[in-house]
Amino acid sequence: MMVKLRVNGQTHTADVEPRKSLLDTLREDFRLTGAHAGCEHGVCGACTVLLDGDAVRSCLIFAVQADGYDITTIEGLAPAPGELSVIQDAFCETHGLQCGYCTPGMILSAHTLLQRTLTPSREDILEAISGNICRCTGYGQIVEAVEIAAERLRQSNALHAAPEAVK
Amino acid sequence: MKPAPFDYVRPETLAQACELLADEDARAIAGGQTLVPMLAMRLARPSRLVDILRLPGLAGIRADGDAIVIGATTRQAHALQDPLVAASVPLLARALPWVGHPPTRNRGTVGGSIANADPSAEIPLVAATLGAEIVLATVDGEMSMSADEFFIGPMLTSIIPGQCVSAVRFPVWSDKRIGFGFHEINARKSDFAFVAAAAQVALDDDGRCARLVLGIGGVGDRPIGLDVSQLIGTRLEAKAVSDAVTAATANLDAMSDLHASADYRRRVAVALGARAVTDAAAEARGEAARGAVQ
Repeated sequence: MMVKLRVNGQTHTADVEPRKSLLDTLREDFRLTGAHAGCEHGVCGACTVLLDGDAVRSCLIFAVQADGYDITTIEGLAPAPGELSVIQDAFCETHGLQCGYCTPGMILSAHTLLQRTLTPSREDILEAISGNICRCTGYGQIVEAVEIAAERLRQSNALHAAPEAVK
Repeated sequence: MKPAPFDYVRPETLAQACELLADEDARAIAGGQTLVPMLAMRLARPSRLVDILRLPGLAGIRADGDAIVIGATTRQAHALQDPLVAASVPLLARALPWVGHPPTRNRGTVGGSIANADPSAEIPLVAATLGAEIVLATVDGEMSMSADEFFIGPMLTSIIPGQCVSAVRFPVWSDKRIGFGFHEINARKSDFAFVAAAAQVALDDDGRCARLVLGIGGVGDRPIGLDVSQLIGTRLEAKAVSDAVTAATANLDAMSDLHASADYRRRVAVALGARAVTDAAAEARGEAARGAVQ
């Protein structure tokens, strides 16, 4: 089946089998390999992408179901090539990544949280990343990274966080 | 972890969907948060998926008489944030944070959780506890059945080919003094419940129990409402509650697996069931309930 998907603001097309996940389509057909294939049955969160701004599992959606949504992958978060988003920067700074496998999913989950609120409690952060497993078990630094990113976004006039902050 | 091949169709109307689902090898898909893992593990191998997620009119939450009607394809995340659910079916509002985690709730639907009938799932538990009606679209029109008739076993329901869950009607209690209790034990929050208990209590002007429902999930092969009618008319003292819940769970068939033995599940069912009733009673009396929301 032909699918036409909008990913990071660009339209991509591919001819896929109905059983091909959005994850595999992103990685194999569109060469967007930032979303990682971990468990491939919805448990680990490494494949997290945003559909219309909400974090979802790209391994639990078939590409044929994904037309009409605004899909954002980790590649779509940085403001410009070679730059990092505030959240990505914070992960680097606090050593919020070790092997890096869970990192794109963690950052996208953190991103949706900070789109909703710039004053998350520790519980809010834990809830937001509760669907993302870090097998290096570096959760402490990940939570710290999200806290630092929230603080920086509060202090800046960050336009990318402001529009939905009142939701 | 790749599903076996299947055809994919996205019908335009619910009637078309029912016709397509009349084929035994077809399965309905909405959010897919339970079905897709089953496809990936090849525990399910339908020849065709009928995507009902975007059917018009199937998503949404509305009040209808003495019930709140939640459309089958309403996202769990939307139900969790819905003011009508919070005000009129608080027991469901308290159970929803326990359903999966944010990314699966963003995609998973209320009707999907009902149709999958996982014995440890929270939405079916609330439906069984409150005596919700499951509304089914069929090739011949609409019908409904009680949650008790609908859930018949683990991942097993009374749905037959040609039918599709279209909505769930949760009854609204109009009593003045009501309270709610929900508790769950699992390996980590967002994981499957070993045991979950849901209770709703209404007190009369005297402070005696006028209505009481208690349901247990995760223990047997389906969520079940327990008979604790002996507590009606009492003041729901701790000892009486504990005795009634112990008696009501005495003959429960309990599952045993790697994570929790049948004995453990039965023991926890008594503790959580009593705690849920006690919390609900405290809330109905105007005292702060403990640990109902996490």
